[in-house]
Amino acid sequence: MGEVIVITSGKGGVGKTTTSANLGAGLASAGSRVCLIDADIGLRNLDVVMGLENRIVYDLVDVTSGNCSFRKALIKDKRFDKLFLMPAAQTKDKTAVNPAQMEVLCNEIKDDFDYVLIDCPAGIEQGFRNAIAGADQAIVVTTPEVSAVRDADRIIGLLEKEDLREPKLIVNRMRHQMVKHGDMMSIDDIIEILAIDLLGVVPEDELVVVSTNRGEMVVLNNNSKSGQAYRNIVRRIRGEDVPMMSLEDSGLFGKLRRIIGLK
Amino acid sequence: MLDFINRIFGRESSSSRNVAKERLRLVLVHDRAGVSPELLESLKADLINVISNYMEIDEDGLDVSLDSSENQVALVANIPVKKMKRKFETESA
Repeated sequence: MGEVIVITSGKGGVGKTTTSANLGAGLASAGSRVCLIDADIGLRNLDVVMGLENRIVYDLVDVTSGNCSFRKALIKDKRFDKLFLMPAAQTKDKTAVNPAQMEVLCNEIKDDFDYVLIDCPAGIEQGFRNAIAGADQAIVVTTPEVSAVRDADRIIGLLEKEDLREPKLIVNRMRHQMVKHGDMMSIDDIIEILAIDLLGVVPEDELVVVSTNRGEMVVLNNNSKSGQAYRNIVRRIRGEDVPMMSLEDSGLFGKLRRIIGLK
Repeated sequence: MLDFINRIFGRESSSSRNVAKERLRLVLVHDRAGVSPELLESLKADLINVISNYMEIDEDGLDVSLDSSENQVALVANIPVKKMKRKFETESA
């Protein structure tokens, strides 16, 4: 029986969908059986990020309302052996599904997969409650900005209330140069504030935009820093002990600072 | 001097990084207290227990809240005292 992991953030635009797509593709290419569920009803996007938008027949609401079986609604990603997507409905809204239905669905699906990843909508209303209802674990995505970190803190509180203890953190769009110049919060700053375990750090990378434009996932690009970061996170999810990637470019200044003990 | 060195290396305390961290720290004190009003309730109950060892207080008039000014958050408790106890009662009493 597989694990159901919800990917959430509170704030919109921090990269939940991109993270979901990349972790799903990464886990599948590492050999796991993966099902991605887009829980953002009315604003579906995981399909287009993954390049599967032309293949949707049935959706999540068709399944929860009993119009079709979940297997029939799953879209197989042909680039992988074992990657499937359950698309969200686009013409309904989040009240078309309730948390009890999601829990039933997750329990049914997880028998067939190693990992079920749920892409949670932004916000803390019903869409959020739907997305976390069937989850065994949670990943919180944030960026190094006050708004995103504040919302992440709120989400962590709500997850713990729902008994999703010990969520893991992914810090997305990190710009190490800015941290170095004192213009961005560091990973340590964020971890100190949120007091949760770090699952990984994804650097800001233009290749994410380029890949998404094409409906591809950057995790498969061996020449990208963000792809490497996603691959490391995948290995950690699969239980490997992978050290945090150094985002630091060791210039003269960095070395100097270490020598005089300011680092 | 240290300040100067810190500035050169981008570590002065007024850097936007530190400002962000400090502002977040403050706002989260409030957010977290807001998420759990039960925390303030439980604190209130504990306060009553402790203070009752020393004086008689008006439990209904007790008011405990978090108050924030520009750069700090304070726990403000307004506790009406009805009567002081004549003698400090030790645990054995």
